[in-house]
Amino acid sequence: MNVFADTWRYLTDPASWTGDNGMLSRLLEQLLLTGTALALAMLVGLPIALWLGHLGRGGFLAINISNVGRAIPTFALLALLVIADWPGTAEFGPYGRAGLATLIALMLFALPPIVTQSYVAVREVAGDVKEAARGMGMTGRQLFFRIELPLALPLVASGVRLALVQVWATATIAALVAGPGLGRIITDGFYRSNYPKGIAGAIVVALVALVLEVAAAYLQRLADPIRGSSPRGRALSGEGHTLLEAGTG
Amino acid sequence: MAVTLPAAALLPSAVEPSCYSRLTNEWICWQYLVDRQDELVDATVEHVLITIAAVAFAVVIAFPLALLARRYTRLESTILGVSTGLYTIPSLALFPLLVPFTGLTPTTVVIGLGLYALTILVRAMLAGLQSVPDDVRESATGLGYGRRRLLLRIELPLALPVMMAGLRVATVSTVALTTIGTLVSYGGLGNLIKDGVDTNFRAELFAAAVLCVVLAVVFDVLIVLMQRLLTPWTRGQPT
Repeated sequence: MNVFADTWRYLTDPASWTGDNGMLSRLLEQLLLTGTALALAMLVGLPIALWLGHLGRGGFLAINISNVGRAIPTFALLALLVIADWPGTAEFGPYGRAGLATLIALMLFALPPIVTQSYVAVREVAGDVKEAARGMGMTGRQLFFRIELPLALPLVASGVRLALVQVWATATIAALVAGPGLGRIITDGFYRSNYPKGIAGAIVVALVALVLEVAAAYLQRLADPIRGSSPRGRALSGEGHTLLEAGTG
Repeated sequence: MAVTLPAAALLPSAVEPSCYSRLTNEWICWQYLVDRQDELVDATVEHVLITIAAVAFAVVIAFPLALLARRYTRLESTILGVSTGLYTIPSLALFPLLVPFTGLTPTTVVIGLGLYALTILVRAMLAGLQSVPDDVRESATGLGYGRRRLLLRIELPLALPVMMAGLRVATVSTVALTTIGTLVSYGGLGNLIKDGVDTNFRAELFAAAVLCVVLAVVFDVLIVLMQRLLTPWTRGQPT
């Protein structure tokens, strides 16, 4: 098919990678957005979720935030933020046009998987382990930092990994409101009937998504303190995957 | 006096579409809902049809895949791996990749969304089938159930709660994701959202966004009701 030949030509043409609207700068823009939004979401979500998990309270909220998040289309939220008086479409530092709106939307969408997984992770720490720790005279703080947190880490990591991939996907959608990121290559291609360009952009986005997923999976394995010896933990994170793949991108 | 009164009385009707005009751009505007009723209904119907088609497509493909994955354990990791890989691809990237094959048609959106729902459904169906206790399966075999009857009469009903949980997740995500179909101009309510952004039309944008969430909730409730009807024996038990 001719489209594929043209796509290949576009991908291999150095001119399509360079310049302000080239794929390279868009790629960096989107990586920056993804990283910042994920960091913000972790900063906000992790302490709350871990603390609630430790207290064993607010479970209903922590679990259901995922369900609510799933029902709200990312695109709709982003559109609302962009059209509102604030944050609107203003340039925001290196994040480009509508940068702030995109960051807020991305952060909100990274929160549910992080909060739910982390909460469940701490709650799932076996009761007898906690009891034993208390019996040894550990205070609540010691119990949390020495027992619950290390044991919860693999599941927490899987939540962050889910969020990472989800944020990357969502960041692409920013292009639908003429925002920053690689999605712009796709929408530019489509709206100007330059399909090879659109398809080339899609290929790059998809490849980076796969690379991120694989890299995150590798990092997640590193975060597992009892690597390879915890079938229960593995089964749990697998289950978490099924229930939480929120699909907002 | 006699001159001012009619003027005052006429004024409201003169600026009738008061909440959406060149000058006012309110978020919540009843007048918009009335004036653009047809447009809203059309978009909602398109949204619902795309969602149902995508989920149905996913169910039809996911079920045999789940059966295959269960029967041949070697295939399990391949099937789960490939579907998860597909899931990783952002929707805005998946649609363009399908366009050379299916063009700018609703089919592109349905297939794309179906592939996402597929990932969730295969996992849920497999988990559901695996949740059937071995001794139940053995007793059924002992009673002379063949493979087919075992699947239809024993395993499927017992796996249903887990499968339906997956169906809920898949359907609600599909409702939300359908909006992205606007890239190929078949996004249901997403088309209105896109138009609302392009023309800075708050009432349109807000109405479409709210309708999306309402649709998701309605689908979710319908599936829960369906599950109650299909699995009467779970009633009264904590789920």
